[in-house]
Amino acid sequence: MRIAADIFTIVAILTGAFFFLAGTVGLLRFPDTLTRLHALTKADNLGLGLVVLGLLPQSSSVFGGLKMILVWLLVLLASATVSQLIARAARRGGPHP
Amino acid sequence: MTSFLLAMTFFVVVMVAVGLFCVLRGASNADRMMAVQLFGTGGIAALLLAGVANGTEGVVEVVLTLSVLAAFAAVAFVKADESGAKDDDRPEQGP
Repeated sequence: MRIAADIFTIVAILTGAFFFLAGTVGLLRFPDTLTRLHALTKADNLGLGLVVLGLLPQSSSVFGGLKMILVWLLVLLASATVSQLIARAARRGGPHP
Repeated sequence: MTSFLLAMTFFVVVMVAVGLFCVLRGASNADRMMAVQLFGTGGIAALLLAGVANGTEGVVEVVLTLSVLAAFAAVAFVKADESGAKDDDRPEQGP
């Protein structure tokens, strides 16, 4: 059972790290501000979500795991609202598309 | 397992560092803010990975605070940006 948990952790965290990589590369490579925002939020939510998912079997107590899920939900909520705000700021600040 | 978690922490921190490069090069303020947002989330992921790798339980509270602060930073930026263009809240009237 222990091995299955470890394998699941490794696979989930690797995919999460891959999404971080994709998000960061997207943030640097994409031409337009709004497309960068898209790449960034993808890295945020998916990358962090998979990392938390991967860490769940490793955490010592159930309560610790629940707190990690709480962190993930908070970040999801925060990044959703923040993306809207940044998009509005980008739309107003930059040249109107 | 612990070394794998620490390697992943290093990888995420490198990703965040590369992302922060965009703050220097960023075209507009919004891009800089996005890099800071990535820094917040990347920091959270790295902290979580390092915390679980070392088995420390208190790291989740630290991460909770960091996630709230990251959100506040972005809101503060938008508020600061907004005060410059007060009349822009009306819908677009035309060119």
